[in-house]
Amino acid sequence: MRLFEHQARTLLGGFGLPFNRCLTASTPAEAAAAAASFGGPVVLKAQVPFGGRGKANAVRMASTPDEASREAADLLAMTLKNFPVARVSVEPKIAIVREVYLGCTWDLRARCPVALFNAAGGVEVESAASRVVRRHFDPRRPPGLFEGREMAAEGGLRGKDLVAVGAALSALGRAFLELDALTLEINPLVLDSGGAWLGVDAHAEIDDDAAGRLPARLPALGEIPRGSGGRRPTPLEIEAERIDSADHRGVAGRVVEFDGSLALLIGGGGASLTVFDAVLRHGGRPANYCEIGGNPTEEKVAALTRLLLSKPGVRRLAVIMNVVNNTRADVMARGVVRGILEAGQKPSGVLSVFRIPGSWEDEAAAHLAAHGVRALGRDTSLDAAAALAVQLHRENEPC
Amino acid sequence: MLISPQDRILVQGITGREAAEMTGEALAYGSRIVAGVTPGKGGQEVHGVPVYDTVREAAAEHAPDVSVISVPASGVLDAAREAFAHGIRLCLIMSERVPRLDTARLLAEARESGCTVIGPNTLGLIRPGVAKLGTIGGRVDNVRKSFLPGNVAILSRSGGMTTEIASFLTSRGIGQSIAIGVGGDPVIGSNFTDLVRLLEDDGSTRSVVLYGEPGGTAEEELADHLLSRPSRLRINAFLAGRFVDDMEGVRFGHAAVMVEGGRGSVASKAARLREAGVFVAAGFEEILEGLA
Repeated sequence: MRLFEHQARTLLGGFGLPFNRCLTASTPAEAAAAAASFGGPVVLKAQVPFGGRGKANAVRMASTPDEASREAADLLAMTLKNFPVARVSVEPKIAIVREVYLGCTWDLRARCPVALFNAAGGVEVESAASRVVRRHFDPRRPPGLFEGREMAAEGGLRGKDLVAVGAALSALGRAFLELDALTLEINPLVLDSGGAWLGVDAHAEIDDDAAGRLPARLPALGEIPRGSGGRRPTPLEIEAERIDSADHRGVAGRVVEFDGSLALLIGGGGASLTVFDAVLRHGGRPANYCEIGGNPTEEKVAALTRLLLSKPGVRRLAVIMNVVNNTRADVMARGVVRGILEAGQKPSGVLSVFRIPGSWEDEAAAHLAAHGVRALGRDTSLDAAAALAVQLHRENEPC
Repeated sequence: MLISPQDRILVQGITGREAAEMTGEALAYGSRIVAGVTPGKGGQEVHGVPVYDTVREAAAEHAPDVSVISVPASGVLDAAREAFAHGIRLCLIMSERVPRLDTARLLAEARESGCTVIGPNTLGLIRPGVAKLGTIGGRVDNVRKSFLPGNVAILSRSGGMTTEIASFLTSRGIGQSIAIGVGGDPVIGSNFTDLVRLLEDDGSTRSVVLYGEPGGTAEEELADHLLSRPSRLRINAFLAGRFVDDMEGVRFGHAAVMVEGGRGSVASKAARLREAGVFVAAGFEEILEGLA
């Protein structure tokens, strides 16, 4: 999960990383009050869980509280990448002498964390790769102060700047491990005219799989952004997530809506991608992507089936999985049939393709046959099953 | 190659629902599971396999070489350390949703203790006709139907697709030397490159079918490796998730499947693999190209 900037700043501040003073506001009046409390020119930024705010004109300057109020009103009326801006940050404008970039992320090839430092600032971190100082560190031990200083020195810093930035790099590494982070950035960390180093922006992405053990300080941050890629989940996607989390057996949470009318219940992880590609290649128009696998219960399968069929315009459902291992084909068959019946429809009318070969396939075929549906076996490939689903869906659509 | 018929197998977390079922099916397929461990449940039996409270006790009685770990995600790091401390040389970690930091920590310790790790988030591996580790293939009748001994190695980021590919090859009379679900996470113990290196020296393997996905760096790393060290093996790759290329930042399927900042797209992976001499199938059925 990617945190809002103000949340990232609060968390990282807890590790001794220095940040510029900052308040958040959800109304223009609050923004004006924040500006007045700082007593000078301020910078306002839309709080959204993704980058690129500068280019989107979502970072504003204001010299007076009145101006801050107007700019905040403007930002709060914005929707960026489908994400309505609900909160802005307000911070004193700093006289910047110099900017640097600090980051920590995973090097997937080395399978360990890597600390990054760019003394030339971070606006073009990627393209200025040659100037980035990179240092891997042991996932069991955060980088020491001396390692931070070595990086700062390698980046060309000297004197008290080397000491301050070195300490910040070490603290960022410690935060990275303690927070189960996937990415942390302070971009930029700036030197102000008074000689102090202060962060003016932060980015934190936390490992969802570690959410259960995050420090108790997280809830105090307020609402954590939902969805990924800056895309807000739809009500149907949220309901799917609820169905998945209500029952730990089986994976079924990743539903993404599309604008077609062919419902898909596909799995497991890899086959869902294979089938979705094939449906598109054969010209199909999916209503959704919905992954299933990991041996779900009949109840879960039924609930998901009902949910997918509840989408307006959907009249056909294709259920396609790889040759199953730990998932039981018969449990899938019973769940799908039950879901269709509970939705008040007929399995033989709605279920255009059911292709789940593998463990318990004979029991699955028998259950479907009793409801007038013929199960496809492993002799129909994933690709052929997808093609058939598209063809049957097309025949069924009104002209 | 990774497992032999003589290997003595331990199952950590053996009394769990999935692990107990897996133990029964693996025994039926001929895997030599000698002991299980679940703290607090020592003295029980699962399909006739004795359960111990600690790996230490199990090791003293049965000297296992290989461990299959199927414990809750929060206990994986501890379970792996316990295995490393008692001489296990191959650890297969089935558990899903293991925090990345724990995976990285256990991999650092595995390197120090000389243990090979497969996973986490894997359904397992199989040498058809020899033994299997994990739930790969599921019920034993399905395992026998799906896998056939032969010369093609399957390396897959998806457990389900491992069996799908095997079943497809088997239906065309093409057998497999080994099939490995490498795990669906971005950080895993043995990636494509590690395993292709091992396969170079495996006399029973002539070609490889790879199943890849968007996200991560496994395919790119293999391409780099093959460019610097050309392989004797014919390698066919099938890459799923082309539609994900257009949906930057959205996660699909496995934890690793996400295109970020233009990196990790199927299109770029396919191009890199082709440059390195890998045949990249356009549709699933093309994975047969040149194998028969």
